[in-house]
Amino acid sequence: MKDLPPTRPVPPAINWNRLQDDKDLEIWNRLTVNFWLPEKVPLSNDIQSWSQLTEDEQRLTIRVFTGLTLLDTIQNSVGAPSLMPDAITPHEEAVLTNIAFMEAVHARSYSSIFSTLCSTAEVDEAFRWSEENAQLQEKSRLILKEYGATANPLRKKVASVFLESFLFYSGFYLPMHWSSRARLTNTADLIRLIIRDEAVHGYYIGYKFQRGLERLAESERQNIKDFAFALIFDLYEIECRYTETLYDPLGLTEDVKAFLHYNANKALQNLGFESLFPDELCRVNPAIMAALSPNADENHDFFSGSGSSYVIGKTMATEDEDWDF
Amino acid sequence: MGGIVYFSSRSGNTARFVTRLGRMASRIPIPPEEPMPAPRTPFVLITPTYSDGLGRGAIHRQVIRFLNDPDTRHHLRGVIASGNRNFGATFALAGDVVAQKCCVPVLYRFELAGTETDIVRVSEGLDRFWKTHFSTAI
Repeated sequence: MKDLPPTRPVPPAINWNRLQDDKDLEIWNRLTVNFWLPEKVPLSNDIQSWSQLTEDEQRLTIRVFTGLTLLDTIQNSVGAPSLMPDAITPHEEAVLTNIAFMEAVHARSYSSIFSTLCSTAEVDEAFRWSEENAQLQEKSRLILKEYGATANPLRKKVASVFLESFLFYSGFYLPMHWSSRARLTNTADLIRLIIRDEAVHGYYIGYKFQRGLERLAESERQNIKDFAFALIFDLYEIECRYTETLYDPLGLTEDVKAFLHYNANKALQNLGFESLFPDELCRVNPAIMAALSPNADENHDFFSGSGSSYVIGKTMATEDEDWDF
Repeated sequence: MGGIVYFSSRSGNTARFVTRLGRMASRIPIPPEEPMPAPRTPFVLITPTYSDGLGRGAIHRQVIRFLNDPDTRHHLRGVIASGNRNFGATFALAGDVVAQKCCVPVLYRFELAGTETDIVRVSEGLDRFWKTHFSTAI
């Protein structure tokens, strides 16, 4: 009976009625309620719209989607699983399994778009392109370096939040752009479901990052913060080149960059840090903002008299039993 | 000058926004057992949004508990709501729900911890809002 390989200790069975951190249940509920599959979106309604794009626009769209597929693949197979050994609560581990699975759903969705709209040869060409594209490979390597087994748990979370809340947006821009021109609107609906999920992922991982950071001494906290700002700056430089390569022919590069700045700031906010880019560099094209949140007016400001009516008369879906008036 | 009451979960986004406003503000506690603020002078509520994809559960339970006090509600003059535009139509929905339930205006919406522009607009906006409010309320 000796010399048996060491076995993993048996973990305690997870009890969702004994929470150490309420956020775990809150996020579990949000993610499970928001669960979706690509089959729910009628992508075939976009076939006609797809045929109206030029060949260059089609190629760009397929390439952008293979780039997004790569990031989802990394997050599904490496990123989210790499955070699991660092989980502080068993419920956090369970939430991470949901995040990992949804990344697989996202990656799978792009293939649903491809099989509905594109030819196999075009898609194969784009996957080859993604393997050879210098910026795509470079940003993947930077992120994967932080996901290594011996990596620092907080640096892993920083990389994860930057992937979830920043790196996707050079790609998400394009379907929002098409949608703002009434092109590929069903595809845009699917992308909006992905965008919604990524917001919850970035928020939750950023939240766990902040809990971890609180436990460190001031000097270590500063080191992690310096690392985070250095990494986002490196990623930003790659994203700028990636954006120029893809969007220069359509004359959209500057528009995309404003969207990058805006999202980089949001990624930093998820980590509890201040913004990097000043507001004047974050003025995203209102058509893109409207495509992102169709019913939310872009700049509701009662104070200055802009925005729509201030009281919505329709019945809102709230939990009425909680309100006693 | 009216007051501010806000809720912020441990993600701290709304708390960071309120700190940067640099005004006196009371925080609605996260643990239900802690004492609830009970303002008896006019105030504005700042609250994040927690809704799911269908808009359910937009308001945190503690904010609802706070508003369930009729005397508190009587002094509520407006709501500022935060959220994330990534959530599409349900962005900052908490503001619309409070506005509708309590018949007060949504004064402003911002994302996460807000931008510098948001801070300036809300600061100046609140100054004007209270000035108008107190000059017409007498």
